[in-house]
Amino acid sequence: MHEFLQYDFMRNALFAGFLVSIACGVVGTLVVVNRLSFLAGGVAHAAYGGLGLSAFLGIPPMTGTIPFSLASSLLMGFASRRQKERSDTIIGVMWALGMAIGIILIDLKPGYFVDLMSYLFGSILAVSRASLVLMAVLDCIILLIVIGLYKEFLSMSYDEEFALVSGIPVAMLYYVMILLIALTVIMLIRVVGLILVIALCTIPASIAEMFTKDLRRMMAIAAALGMLFTTAGLLLSYWCNLTSGATIILIAGIFYIISLVVRSRRKNGKQFHRDSGKAAAVR
Amino acid sequence: MNGVPAIEVARVSFYYRNEAAVRDVNFSIEEGDFLGIIGPNGGGKSTLLRLILGVLKPHAGTIRLLGDHPEKTRRSAGYVPQETSTNKEFPILVRDAVRMGLAARRGLGNRLTSDDKRAADSMIEEVGLGPLRNLTIGELSGGQRQKVLLARALVSQPRILFLDEPTASIDTTGTDEIYQHLERLNNAGTTVVLVTHNVSIVSKYIKSVACINKDLYFHADGVIDQEMITKTFGCPVDFVDHGVPHRVFHEHEKRHGDRRHA
Repeated sequence: MHEFLQYDFMRNALFAGFLVSIACGVVGTLVVVNRLSFLAGGVAHAAYGGLGLSAFLGIPPMTGTIPFSLASSLLMGFASRRQKERSDTIIGVMWALGMAIGIILIDLKPGYFVDLMSYLFGSILAVSRASLVLMAVLDCIILLIVIGLYKEFLSMSYDEEFALVSGIPVAMLYYVMILLIALTVIMLIRVVGLILVIALCTIPASIAEMFTKDLRRMMAIAAALGMLFTTAGLLLSYWCNLTSGATIILIAGIFYIISLVVRSRRKNGKQFHRDSGKAAAVR
Repeated sequence: MNGVPAIEVARVSFYYRNEAAVRDVNFSIEEGDFLGIIGPNGGGKSTLLRLILGVLKPHAGTIRLLGDHPEKTRRSAGYVPQETSTNKEFPILVRDAVRMGLAARRGLGNRLTSDDKRAADSMIEEVGLGPLRNLTIGELSGGQRQKVLLARALVSQPRILFLDEPTASIDTTGTDEIYQHLERLNNAGTTVVLVTHNVSIVSKYIKSVACINKDLYFHADGVIDQEMITKTFGCPVDFVDHGVPHRVFHEHEKRHGDRRHA
């Protein structure tokens, strides 16, 4: 345990895990209750276009990726709001298109080599101090917005039509939420890679939802679970010499399956108690 | 009450793709009215309600709610959507769902005051859900959830209340309770607009009636007559047999008779 804390990169990795978990808990909860995980996946994959663009222009990866991802997320959000029935197709097309653009732009830049794997599966062990600062800033932005607009987000997520009629600016809130998702996705790409973003965005929140029915608590529990998964995943990947991003997701996935089993048992238990209660009442 | 009609709908049409959902609809009601909008499923009842609330924009015609564009005035309206249209798995407590009715009142980014929370709590008591306020909506029955939606709409003390099939998931006793509640509200001055396919119950409480099946027939005196039913439902016998109270028909016929005698 102590031996790996000696390494700077390990300390940074653990810290990065904590920071993304906060964003994952808060924004992932909004993603899950608003059923936007496909959109989150679309933003993550389309972000590759931003990486390609940065390579092509010869600017730092995040300088190109952040605006590219914010723009593509707004486009996906706009398209899926306008065409609700076809939103999955539209997101699917943009998902693939973003990746294709990224690959082609990198092709067009002769002599440029990017470590594709590190973007696909993350490079949490290579997180720099500057990236940590960026993550902390993004966390602060996310927390400030979600805490400040909590009652509005809750109202919109539960019943958008009622929220609209009662005077809440739901369209504006929707796009704010989409931008928060994009920011979270960008952070996550660093840690688990764009292929695994949806998993870390949705698994902790989905598990939390099984055990609480309060949105605020769901966010807190999801954040704590995220920290648990990233830490455990890092330790395991260190000891067994495995890819860290994939190990984190593996642990999260196993937890998810265990939670499903526990919950269905609990439900059956409750059902049993209720039925035996009824039987007693009849007698 | 101040001379402005509560609702004014003039030559309104709305289409889904190329099919008319609502066709050249005209009617208006005053404040204090109790309007029943009846019609078959898919006849455009909910669409009309969404148009009046400004959730949908008409493709033709104009709509005024409390004298102005619905987007400007709907904050004074309460809206009770169909219980089945809400997500009952959503992680939210009864008390938080009711407080939602006040969320817009304090403005973006402001917390609810303790007065707001008290108002929400007393509204929960009023609809009879006091002991259930800390349960999640998923733990309630359909009827109880319906009452949560009612309390959420009422907590902002709306001038005009819109309800979409408020008794679809409730048994007969619960249905009577809800209608009696609405009657009390209406007697206290709240305008009530109720969408339902249940003709028999609604006729006891309403003051005016609109039948809609794409086209709309409006009776300011609340009389549901055979012609109206035939035109909108297309099957007169069924609905008359299943309980449009005869009272309504008798009164109607008597009035015709009186006129004839005069």
